[in-house]
Amino acid sequence: MDLSNYDCAGLFDEMFDENGSCRDHYKTFEKLLKKTGPKKLKQLQFSANKTQLAMGMTFNVYHNEQGLEKILHLDIIPRIIANQEWLQLEAGLRQRIKALNLFIQDIYNEQEILNDGVVPRDLIENSKDFLKPCIGITPPKGIWCHITGTDLIRDNSGEYFVLEDNLRCPSGVSYMLESREIIKRAFPDLINKAGVMPVSNYPTRLLQMLQHLSNKEKPVVGVLTPGIYNSAYFEHSYLALQMGAELVTGEDLIVKDKKVYMQTTKGFEPIDVLYRRIDDTFLDPLVFNPDSMLGIPGIFEAYKAGNIALANAPGTGVADDKAVYAYVPDIIKYYLNEAPILNNVPTYLCRKPDERQYVLDHIEELVVKETNAAGGYGMLIGPKSGPEEHEKFRELIKKNPNNYIAQPTLSLSTVPTLTDEGLESRHVDLRPYVLYGEEIEAVPGALSRVALKKGSLVVNSSQGGGSKDTWVLY
Amino acid sequence: MLSRVANSIYWLGRYLERAENYARFIDVNFNLMLDLPPGMKAQWEPLVFATGDQENYIKKNEGFDKKQVIYFLTLDRENPNSILSSITYARENSRIVRENLSKETWEKINELYHYVNNASERKIWDKKDPRSFFDNIKNQIQLLYGLTDSTVARTEGWYFRQLGMYLERADKTSRILDVKYHMLLPSPQEVGSPLDFLHWMALLKSVTAFNTYRRMYGTISASKVLEFLIFNRRFPRSIYFCLKEAEDCLHMITESSTNEFKNSAEKEIGALRSKLGFSDISDIIDQGLHESIDDLQQKINIISREIELNFFQLKPSVSPQNQEQE
Repeated sequence: MDLSNYDCAGLFDEMFDENGSCRDHYKTFEKLLKKTGPKKLKQLQFSANKTQLAMGMTFNVYHNEQGLEKILHLDIIPRIIANQEWLQLEAGLRQRIKALNLFIQDIYNEQEILNDGVVPRDLIENSKDFLKPCIGITPPKGIWCHITGTDLIRDNSGEYFVLEDNLRCPSGVSYMLESREIIKRAFPDLINKAGVMPVSNYPTRLLQMLQHLSNKEKPVVGVLTPGIYNSAYFEHSYLALQMGAELVTGEDLIVKDKKVYMQTTKGFEPIDVLYRRIDDTFLDPLVFNPDSMLGIPGIFEAYKAGNIALANAPGTGVADDKAVYAYVPDIIKYYLNEAPILNNVPTYLCRKPDERQYVLDHIEELVVKETNAAGGYGMLIGPKSGPEEHEKFRELIKKNPNNYIAQPTLSLSTVPTLTDEGLESRHVDLRPYVLYGEEIEAVPGALSRVALKKGSLVVNSSQGGGSKDTWVLY
Repeated sequence: MLSRVANSIYWLGRYLERAENYARFIDVNFNLMLDLPPGMKAQWEPLVFATGDQENYIKKNEGFDKKQVIYFLTLDRENPNSILSSITYARENSRIVRENLSKETWEKINELYHYVNNASERKIWDKKDPRSFFDNIKNQIQLLYGLTDSTVARTEGWYFRQLGMYLERADKTSRILDVKYHMLLPSPQEVGSPLDFLHWMALLKSVTAFNTYRRMYGTISASKVLEFLIFNRRFPRSIYFCLKEAEDCLHMITESSTNEFKNSAEKEIGALRSKLGFSDISDIIDQGLHESIDDLQQKINIISREIELNFFQLKPSVSPQNQEQE
């Protein structure tokens, strides 16, 4: 494959530097690429697609009687991260999650950070994700955010920025694991030659982390799923299978005397730890959303009594609100007295008058986001919208400044990606997974989401995004 | 094992067996109609009555035209017991318990579902001779049985599937006998006539019993066919055999001896199996064939309900699957 025509369009590319020469950590891969013809690459891509379908790595787009299932396109060209870079990232993630965990513990208990005025009290207490029933609770071992899937991007200078913390129920880890299996088949020798760190012990570590939350010697662990119609059902069933844990739905569980039991063919059997993949407010209809059909009445009382551990703990959502996000550097400083290793994307809080003014004056250059919306809803991309839209958002901000933040439009780094026209540069983000058990550790790998459309910055699977296997080198 | 999982596996067994038996019903009726003497009207009505879904059928159809009946029994999604519905439920159930099935089992069920679903588009009921379609369904389900037999561990899940399969089969064999009851002869004098024999032969063929029967009994007679299909100890589709197997499955699940019972499901099935074990064809004839069969089917439904109560439904809020046929 001839790589001389590869065009990074002046953006930061993971494989090639600004002079067009291959970066060191991609050299082994480059060697192989040069030896492999375009036809062979297409073949490898084709068989990767087929394997995915046969494995049933599908997500539900919507459900009807026919039940449409789609695969998330996996591009066979890996995204490679050098060891040094990874160590830096990992240290940054560890620091950030340690601080966020302390923050959540604090705001549900002593509230020192609010009393000291570092984070505004009303921002927390008026947040719909600040769950009053959690006040006064310290979860088992003091851990709130057991599993985090932090979204990061790299700007034009190559610096990493945290985009979102995702402290609730981050998904996608099954793709990280299964993608590696598929790519191993496509490039069997290379993984070894290039020195790629394995990710396959993630399920074991996840299980250990979950078991750590119970004081029992052999705790019973379950994955709590909303059921087969949930778009991530494949992942829930996959993780349960890999951990050898029970896959349970709310229907399988019952609470008696503040203890949680599974309904089995031999009667009720106790369960100790739940990796729950349903939202906080659906967990217990007696405490939160009374209409929840997915939840287990009484489970929150059992949780408070310390009879069941929940991962992640209910109430973490308050810390990944987009307005709280802006305070994370201050939060790190406050609890750890350290400078943040990983930077935030600069964020203007419309609740602050001077920053609001800046946003109103520069709205056409900025991305405006609603603080508690997710998935690209309630968003304005300044450079891509007209004056009418700008004016509409100016009004919205003025009316309800607390609800909005703004950020500069950042570019994303690119990676060579297999397209119909050969290898072309496409934008990627990065989602590593961090587990908080006995210690905080990131699995050396990640889900790299890739925008398959030329020039697009949208990596969401619902909007033409795909994924890449992510290699962290020894 | 989680009750919900056991429940899904049990119904997976029932739905697959149901679909296979429906394919058998239709295939045999089709063959039978080809053999009718000229001037005899084809009878599709008995099939609908045997499945017990006549009310549902009559609501949407007038008369018992071949194509209508085939569509209703095969591809009608509004008929919860049609082949397509059964296979769809079987697939949904296996998706729920995927981590408990072997990979091949899931893939095969998936394939079968797509095959039947596509038949809907190909308008299979409209074909002049759709027999190859029903043959394929039978074959694919038999293949699945073979696959599971050699890939699935004999743990609780296995016995729940077998339990569902055998109970369903006992019910379906009884219904095949009922088809004969509903199949009208032109006049009472025709009992024992060649046409009557034709009916009995078709019935035996539908459960792949014709050759076995011939070897064991020789000539065809109504009472012997009935005896064979109800009481035979060795034929795997006879009602007695199916109930005995189902009973053994229950005892494997509760790890108890068949000489005693640990719960109401074991009690009910043990009682029914012993009653059959100590009856013969004269008891059936004394009670009346249709009445005996009705009675049997009701008892099988009671057993199924007891299984639900004892294994699947410990807490009151759970809504179990319930597709017993009246």
